Amino acid sequence: MSANAMVIQNAQVVDRTWVETLHEWLTTVDHKRLGLLYIAFALFFLVVGGVEALIIRIQLMHSRNTFVSPQVFNRMFTMHGTTMIFFVAMPILFGFANYLVPLMIGARDMAFPRLNAFSFWLSALGGFLLYFSFLGGSGLYGAGNAPDVGWWAYAPLGARAFSPGHSSDYWTLALLVSGFGSIGTAINIIATVLCMRCPGMKLSRMPLLVWLNFVMAGMVLIAITPLSAAQIMLLVDRYLGGHFFDTQAGGSAVLWMHFFWIFGHPEVYILILPCFAFMSEIIPVFSRKPIFGYPVMVAATVCIGFVSMSVWAHHMFTIGMNSYANSFFTISSMVVGIPTGIKIFNWLGTMWGGRIQFKTPMLFSIGFLFQFLIAGLTGIMLACSPFDWQLGNSYFVVAHFHYVIVGGILFALFGAFYYWYPKITGRMLSETLGKWHFWLFLIGFHLTFDLMHIPGLLGMPRRIYTYEPGRGWDTLNLIVSIGTFIQAIAILVFVANLVISHWKGARAGNDPWDAWTLEWSISSPPPAYNFATVPTVASRRPLWDLKHPEDPDSRYE
Amino acid sequence: MQRKQNSIKLSALFMLALLFLFIATTAGAALADPSNGLTNIFAPESTPAKSIVDLSLLVLVITGIIFVVVFALLVYSIVKFRGRAADAGREPAQVYGSSKIELAWTVIPILIVVVLFLATARTIHAVQDAPEPATALEVTAIGHQFWWEFRYPRLGIVTANELHIPVSGAAHPTPTFLKLLSADTDHSFWIPQLAGKTDLIPNHPNSMWMDPHRTGVYLGQCAQYCGTQHAKMLLRVSVDSEEGFKAWVRAQQQPAVEDEKATLGKRVFETTACINCHAISGTVANGRFGPDLTHLMSRSTIGSGAAENTEENLRRWIENPDAIKPGSLMPAMKLSDSDLDALTAYMETLR
Amino acid sequence: MSAMANPFPQAPANWKLPDRGKVAMAGLIIAESAIFTIFVVAYLFYMGKNLSGPTPREVLEIPIFYTICLLSSSLTIHFAGKSLERNKRGTFLALWLITILLGGLFLYGTGQEWHRLIYEHGLTISTNLFGTTYYSLVGLHAFHVTAGLAMLCIVGIFTLAGRVGPGQSRRVDVLSMYWHFVDAVWVVVFTVVYILGR
Repeated sequence: MSANAMVIQNAQVVDRTWVETLHEWLTTVDHKRLGLLYIAFALFFLVVGGVEALIIRIQLMHSRNTFVSPQVFNRMFTMHGTTMIFFVAMPILFGFANYLVPLMIGARDMAFPRLNAFSFWLSALGGFLLYFSFLGGSGLYGAGNAPDVGWWAYAPLGARAFSPGHSSDYWTLALLVSGFGSIGTAINIIATVLCMRCPGMKLSRMPLLVWLNFVMAGMVLIAITPLSAAQIMLLVDRYLGGHFFDTQAGGSAVLWMHFFWIFGHPEVYILILPCFAFMSEIIPVFSRKPIFGYPVMVAATVCIGFVSMSVWAHHMFTIGMNSYANSFFTISSMVVGIPTGIKIFNWLGTMWGGRIQFKTPMLFSIGFLFQFLIAGLTGIMLACSPFDWQLGNSYFVVAHFHYVIVGGILFALFGAFYYWYPKITGRMLSETLGKWHFWLFLIGFHLTFDLMHIPGLLGMPRRIYTYEPGRGWDTLNLIVSIGTFIQAIAILVFVANLVISHWKGARAGNDPWDAWTLEWSISSPPPAYNFATVPTVASRRPLWDLKHPEDPDSRYE
Repeated sequence: MQRKQNSIKLSALFMLALLFLFIATTAGAALADPSNGLTNIFAPESTPAKSIVDLSLLVLVITGIIFVVVFALLVYSIVKFRGRAADAGREPAQVYGSSKIELAWTVIPILIVVVLFLATARTIHAVQDAPEPATALEVTAIGHQFWWEFRYPRLGIVTANELHIPVSGAAHPTPTFLKLLSADTDHSFWIPQLAGKTDLIPNHPNSMWMDPHRTGVYLGQCAQYCGTQHAKMLLRVSVDSEEGFKAWVRAQQQPAVEDEKATLGKRVFETTACINCHAISGTVANGRFGPDLTHLMSRSTIGSGAAENTEENLRRWIENPDAIKPGSLMPAMKLSDSDLDALTAYMETLR
Repeated sequence: MSAMANPFPQAPANWKLPDRGKVAMAGLIIAESAIFTIFVVAYLFYMGKNLSGPTPREVLEIPIFYTICLLSSSLTIHFAGKSLERNKRGTFLALWLITILLGGLFLYGTGQEWHRLIYEHGLTISTNLFGTTYYSLVGLHAFHVTAGLAMLCIVGIFTLAGRVGPGQSRRVDVLSMYWHFVDAVWVVVFTVVYILGR
């Protein structure tokens, strides 16, 4: 079935000089272009953050290694964490949301295109500021460089006394600026979802991707802002002589922890919800069945949004809260696992009874399911606060959160790339290279992050630039490091696939996967105006209704 | 073509199985190797650590069962419901959901959470709210960048980096109750075999306890990033027998040894900036920024575990601490060779 | 242009979605509320924890007059919006200018209070915990009042140039939402700083 009717015929194509093209991209307010800018920006920083990870892993290959100095190592893990969270994960997910949300609700753009562009360029400025610290962080006393206080910048380590020069200021400003950009994008997403849906698309008929990004945007509004507030307080301490976190003046280091984690925990749910979104679109299409239990999936999402705001102090089990507080955060952290676990069952229910196609997007989705299950279970272990008194701040935690972020988020993102690249570029990514990418990355991922749990169990804390021999950590760290090189090769295969397929990939057509949401009704790539005629919908899978007029979803919903 | 695809799939699955076998074997070997017991959280020698292991076994069993069940279902669904060439063009039954199934897989996790939480809450209270008996030894630990200060307030002892505590028998329990403070930024006290970690936070006193059942040396290190040399803020806890501990206490309570052969070195110590940071009881030196050196030779390492406490290492350390622990807060003293020799000789007398 | 018929089903008869300006402003208000909440929490947390220096009871005077000014400006802006809807441009302009005046008076009052605190009592942001949390919280609010006032002035200028009529009513409403939010925050700040804190 094709809806080529939805394209304005005989549109004129004008040849442009490269300057004009560059200008067009720099001044664009089109959600599709901005989405691609976000994604390209994030992919660049993925490579940068990956190099930082490689440096860390080479240094940790064996005990008492001297590949880099402690000062450089401490900058590496700080920059790796900050880059990956704020300048890879957030932008790439905003990029996909930007590209897909208007298309999936039958709109021609986001609610506020200029705010959209402004938000992107704020994030870009943030990335630039953070990396400028390598050059400019020294300040008057030559005492700084890139920030080295960890991506949480715990007080009082971030105070003037312990962090001279401007390295911490670059960290603070970069995140403050990109934080405002994130809030702008979140407001845009909410306004778009509430105000720009095509006729007939009630909230209960929106694709799950739209729901999940909507809830994510709501969380951004109340989770990023505590970090912004805390960073303003940090700047007041550092520049105006304030005492918010000045323990010598009666200030509290624990208050910073609370503020940071009130941001930090919902942040990771902000990162995972769009990945649930990808899974909820890809798994049904490649199982050839609708998502199992749409209403509960929506309810679970909203539940996660709320409950995740109440678990933050499970990052603080060792700071000396009393037993009642520890018990509360234990149970809240376990409770948030319930709606999350339910989603895994719903995806399983979607695959059950289906006809599974093992194309690359589905391979990554299956990898996601296995790995997110394991990550969730190690999360339950960490939620038990006494167990966390041993496991916390060790390599067990590092392994757990990389399992979620790499095994979960990155796998889901790879799936999304393979699934939507045809729509974005009009070409299919190579299945062969895709399979090489998948298997290489899977092997490297498991070598690294499965074994990484063990040094944690054997007492290896995190953020150490070297370690003593004879603790049983040497061989494990070596294998962990080898795995990262395999992952790096897989990423190179992926980048090669992205580039080569752009010119050599098979033509995709409108709907290469025989899918059911509105973006597959228009050409690949979509025209600038998205829809020539604004569509109307009567069910959750408008294209299924069009392709199966004898048995449309609208009859059952 | 189909057969080739099948054999590729089979060999891929075979390689995957090999990979996981390798991972599991490596992991198991690492955990089971007794020489890795030094900081193994599953080799507890004290009640708090043991309570945690007991709880963790319950957690591991429950999460293990969940994993096996869901994993099996996932593998089954991938194998049973894979699309076959014969099915091309036909769509399977479009099932939207099932309230009964969804209710079941909501209720069961809720029950599991209740069970887990009750077990966990019990352990939390048992460890955190344990009352301090009168026979307990009280130690105050103060975290510094990048060393540990230990004070025994009732015994009048101040030492650094290596903690001595008595073994605690079931008949006559003598647990150690630690008060945790910090002089600068956040740190964390972690000896995996003896207890879970607790943080040392400025302006926020914490407490923890341990009652080691076996004598020996237990290792650990700072577990909260505190700056450049966080990695080398190591911990040694020597659990002594009752007599051994009493002997150690008596030795520590003595003022510094006065050795006439070392007066030259002592003079160097007293006239250089050393006394600004260090204390040696019985002398004019009472600086608190750096470790107390009164019984430096009673410790097996220097620099909070950065190097063995040998004469050569000590000389290297005093000459340039950054050579052993780059970024530590002790400056190179820029002493002449003869001064350095004399000073080292003096340090060597501080038993 | 388009060659084939629209294959999509019939559009529903009544398809009305919320106004995006109001939704966006609601989103901004939610985000800003979260920022203010954190500053209020810090203020409450540090109440009574000063190690030195002047305490709130010693130096704070309740700013009743200026509070009345700010809260009445919510009334005037509300009625201004209503007038604009009914195309009573003269009334709108008058009420709008009164709103700006009341907001300006409030800022003047804040400035006066700070001048007194700094020069008579020696309380600055770096004096003690009270100084830090007080100036940060009240200052953050005053910053938002200033930003709102700037927007009000811009609308005022456009009104004087004759470009604001009932067609702009929706946008004026969105700006009024922000102004009401700023007033609501003041109610909270006032309660926390001048009533609970003393």
